[in-house]
Order: sequence, then structure tokens, then C-alpha cells
Amino acid sequence: MSKQLDYLDELEAEAIYILREVAGQFERPALLFSGGKDSITLVHLAEKAFRPGRFPFPLVHIDTGHNFEETISYRDDLIARIGEKLIVGYVQDSIDQGKVVEQKGKNASRNALQTVTLLDTIAKYEFDACIGGARRDEEKARAKERIFSVRDEFGQWDPKRQRPELWDIYNGKIAKGENVRVFPISNWTELDVWNYIKRENIALPSIYFAHERDCITRNGQLMAASPFLNMDEEDIVTKSTVRFRTVGDISCTAAVLSSADNLDAIIEEISSSKISERGARIDDKVSEAAMEDRKKGGYF
Amino acid sequence: MDILKFFTAGSVDDGKSTLIGRMLYDTDSILADQLEALERSNRKNDDGTIDLAILTDGLRAEREQGITIDVAYKYFHTDKRKFIIADTPGHIQYTRNMVTGASNANLAIILIDARNGVVEQTVRHSYLVSLLGIEEVVVCVNKMDMVGYSETVFSAIVEKYKALADKVKLKHVSYIPVSALKGDNVVTPSENMVWYSGTTLLNHLELVDVQQDKTKVNARFPVQWVIRPQTDDLHDYRGYAGRLQTGVVSVGDSIQVLPSGQQSSIVRIEFFGADLQQAIAGQSVVLHLKDDLDISRGDVLVAYENAPIPSKEIEADLCWMDSRALDTSLTYFLQHNSKITRCKINEIMYSVDINTLEKHAADSFKLNDIGRIVLKTADELAADSYDENRSNGAAILIDPRTNITVGALMFRTIL
Repeated sequence: MSKQLDYLDELEAEAIYILREVAGQFERPALLFSGGKDSITLVHLAEKAFRPGRFPFPLVHIDTGHNFEETISYRDDLIARIGEKLIVGYVQDSIDQGKVVEQKGKNASRNALQTVTLLDTIAKYEFDACIGGARRDEEKARAKERIFSVRDEFGQWDPKRQRPELWDIYNGKIAKGENVRVFPISNWTELDVWNYIKRENIALPSIYFAHERDCITRNGQLMAASPFLNMDEEDIVTKSTVRFRTVGDISCTAAVLSSADNLDAIIEEISSSKISERGARIDDKVSEAAMEDRKKGGYF
Repeated sequence: MDILKFFTAGSVDDGKSTLIGRMLYDTDSILADQLEALERSNRKNDDGTIDLAILTDGLRAEREQGITIDVAYKYFHTDKRKFIIADTPGHIQYTRNMVTGASNANLAIILIDARNGVVEQTVRHSYLVSLLGIEEVVVCVNKMDMVGYSETVFSAIVEKYKALADKVKLKHVSYIPVSALKGDNVVTPSENMVWYSGTTLLNHLELVDVQQDKTKVNARFPVQWVIRPQTDDLHDYRGYAGRLQTGVVSVGDSIQVLPSGQQSSIVRIEFFGADLQQAIAGQSVVLHLKDDLDISRGDVLVAYENAPIPSKEIEADLCWMDSRALDTSLTYFLQHNSKITRCKINEIMYSVDINTLEKHAADSFKLNDIGRIVLKTADELAADSYDENRSNGAAILIDPRTNITVGALMFRTIL
């Protein structure tokens, strides 16, 4: 038997270890589930960490209301299969309560609004730890984030006040009102996640695979034509064969032209790709420090 | 394919960020949209090429000041290995960040500016590498282009460093002359230094045998979580979930539960419903024992032979990481594996001037101070010395007033 773990085994073992630390250190943790491949991978890892027992946390979905239909049906099927609890926080509720105001104009998106709904959901259920699927290879600000990342009662990330994180000892001590965001797959790259999904045979929402879809081009990006986009006569709808590399709010997630309709083809495409995953996220394009600013405000 | 975690010690002036940027760039690990963002950012080298250092500067404050404040993690891979780089700042005021980055590394790259040779900070970085128990060291003599790619300059620095390596007790040291700026010997062999017959830095990183085979060390399994479904069909199921830190465990092995000292044996090793005959260091599994014992989070299952003797008193090296100084009258929390207990620092034996390695008497530690202390805990710890077992010989101190991690502990003698 090999005395050295393969890199995917090592990443998997580390993520399971982190999930169990969450279970052991917190009273009311939650797993933030977006329906994207990273949070789907987290659910798979949680099954490996806690079966045959139940998850020591519910899944929490912050629903902008502007979803890809495929994501919601995938989510409901998944919940039925694993038999775990799902809590949904609706951005629409935050809008109805007057806590946030819907953006106006052509590029309006609910992406920014979901931070408020997330913080309200955390407060309502008194979650002290929220597990998320962010990875350090996604973006420069994330490259500096801890695996246990403490947020104050306003949900803020303060890069200058980050705790030193040594060895694999994770300090989960917090004051009342604070919470910790936990990122078990911090050390995975996009390619690692895909290779793992393939190895583990994890099912994904169909929008990750190439399909025909009505799209429009906006700011150089290909967007799914949808009633949630403020479309006008300048937007010309064309049928394209596309897939999505990330799954976010439909109004801020761009598609890529692709014929990759299976995992091997996707892995091949990513291996030779020259555009980063977050390159297809409109929300990162605002400025060079866009992610840093959103994280400080409580964004995941 | 396995994973190599390494960290780089050096300051901005030594070209540390440029070296990392060069590795990423020359291994084709930078994507087009990231390059485009770089080209937009208006920071160029004198000859108009992209300043690769920008690749590793994450936060706005860092970009504004042109320095690295925090640990940034970078990832790339070749056909042979996946690499995780902890990019840490080199200035003395960021010693704690370097300790943090080094704590998870198997290999350290120490950068020396060929024009300056072994300087004060080289001593400091080498000491920290030794303190953190990193066995593999690569000394990169950088900016060789600035000294005419001179073999004499390189050899003189190597000789000088060897004396330092002996002094701080580094075991495996390799030396590579490079120019991160021009790319010599980083990923591609240099045509400017034909006198150098060794490998490039990347090639070395791909092939180096990391001498820390954790399976050769005694088995240590801290219990993180007890799985007890308590359903009708799994009424008596009781599995201990954790990650095997070191060693190998097999079905049938005798074990001890520490600190209680109860004995039992492993009847089943489970992973996601499958039964394994054996688990090796690094694997997260579920263990089942022959006897029904009272075991919970914070306990550690250990190999029957060479078990640590639980103790409340430990001599340790302490690196202080908080702006508020160590208060020997205060009770801190100590976190060791999955166990948290109360802890006092009973004695400060000495502090180390990490630039000169001289020991001094001290009555407190300020931010970035390092030295030897004796601590006392409320509960017994089943710990090893850090030299024997890097996982089970390390702990952190937490300030109960702020919950911040304020100290890194490396156990030297279990008293």
C-alpha cells in the first residue's frame, strides 16, 4: 500500500477534518448551499464526514429569486436524497421588508442584495459558523483568507484583524453576535474540484454542461436571456451552445461558449482554458478591489 | 501526484514576489484575464515587461504600500506535483505571519540577494525555519544578473550560509543561483550560468523527497467527533471520527485512549461506509473499538507502544503574535488538537534575539518575540515533543478577553 496520499485524497481528508472541527467547535453551524459545484462538493464531503450519522447542520440557501430553474430542481432532489434539513432565505423578503432596494437600470442584479438576506438569516437562526465553498485560487482577496474566518456582528471581514492560523489548529472561539465563515475547500483549485467530481461521480445541475440556450451579449459577456435581465431592443437574442462555469444569480453569471457536454470534456476545457472562473462573474469586474470590498461588507 | 507545501522567506527587496510570479508565469499558471488585469495595472519593470510581483499582492493596502502584509496562498501544478505556496512577508514586523506560513510547509525557500549575501534577515529567516521544524531548505541566491552571473559570488555565499545552517541546525539544504527577474534557473535552465550543473528551482521542487514521512511516526488519532446515529437499525453504532495525524493503524491494533489511559483495540476502520484494513497518516476515517469506553472530543487514541505520558507541565518555544504583550498573571486558553484547556505561563526561561540568535532574560513577550517558556495546563495533555511529532507537539494560545490567537507553541520537553 502506498504510504503517501494522492493529492485528491489529501484535499478530501483535509476538508473532512475541517467539517468535523466545525461540528466539534460550534453550537449552531450551517452549510451555505448555492447549488453551485463547490457547495455540491461540500455536501458530498459532509456525507463522508458524518455518515452514517446525520449532518450536525442544516443546509442554507440564499435565494435571490433570479435562479436558473435547473439549480432549484437539483437542490430539491438533493435534499430529498440526503434527507437533511434545508432553510431558504429569500432576497424577495428583504425587498418586501424594505431592507434593501432593488437596483435599477440595465445591469441591475440582486447579487449585491443577497448579503443583507444572508446576514438576516444568520441572525434569525443564530448561526455561529457558516460553511462555504469559497476557494483561495478564485481571486486575490480570497488568497489571503483564513479557513476559519471570523466576522463581526455586522458580518464584516477585516483583513488586518485576521487571526494567525497555524498548523491545522483552527481557533473557533468567538463572542456572541460574531460568527465564523469556514472554507473547507480553500486549498482546492477549480481543476481539483472538477477532477474530484469526476472521481466521485457527483451529479451536477445540467447548466454546467454544454446546452443550447437563448443568450444576449452584454459588456462583452454572454448572458442567459431571462425575464430577470432588464432587456431592451439593443439586446439581440441568439441561440448559442454554452455552459456555465459558476452558478450564481442569473443576472450576474455569464455563460461561456462551449461544446463540453461531459466531465472529461469540461476538465479538458479547463486545463487548456485561458480565462479564470471568476472572469465570468460581472460582480468582480467593478474594480481591482471589488471582491475585497464586498467581503468587508459581509459578502461570502 | 502528491502535494508539496512550501513557503518563501525573503523581503520584497530580495525579489520574493517576483520569484513566485516568475514560477507561476513560466509554468503557464496565469490566466489570460489575470494577465490582462496585470497589464492594466500600470506597474512595469524598467524595461517595460510586466512586474510579476503584482501577482501575489492581494489587498488594497498592500498594493498601495507595495508590500506583503499577510500570508497569501497560491496554487499551481505540473505533471509531477500540486504546489501550495504560502507567500509571507519578510520584514521583522511580520515575523508572526512568517511563522504562520511556515507552520504548514514541508519546504522553505530562503532568498538571498546576491549583492548583499547573508545578512541579518537571512539569519532570522533560517532560525524560524529551524524553529518550525521544516527539514527541507532551498537557498535561492537571487539577482545573479546584477552580479554578472558570477560563480565566485555564488560560492562565497554558499560557504557563508553553510556555517549558518550548521548553527541553526538545518538538515537538508540545497543551493540554486537564480534571477527571478530574468528567469534564470527558476523554471528554465540558465544559459548565463553554465558553471552551475544543478537543477532549476522548479525541477528541484518537483523531485525533492520531503523527508517527513508521517507514517514512520507513532500513530496519533485525536477524536474530533463521535458518530452515534441512535436510529433503530444503528442502535449500538459508535464510531470515533478523526484524522490520523501520524503513523499507520490496522484492524486488530492495540491502542490506548489518552489522557485516561484506557486500553482497547481497533475492530473496524470505516470510511464512508467502506471497511479499510489499514489507515495511514493524513486520512480522515472513523474508528471502532472493541470495548465500550467513555471517549469524547479532546481524547486522543494512540498506538499502544511509545504512547506519550499525559502531563500538565511542558517546556515549549513560544512565538508571541499579539500586539498586547504576554501577561504571565493571566490564564489563557491552550488549543492542542481537538482539546482546549486553560493555561498559564509559569516561567520565561529566555527570549531569543532572532537577528543574532543570542538569548536574553525576559519577563514578558511582545509582538513577534520568540523564546522558551514553561507552561502549566488545567487538564492533562497527551502531547509529543515537536521534534518527534510536528502535529502532536504543537499548540496555540488564545486570549480569553479577545478570543484572538496570540501565541504559537512548539513543545520541546514534556515535563
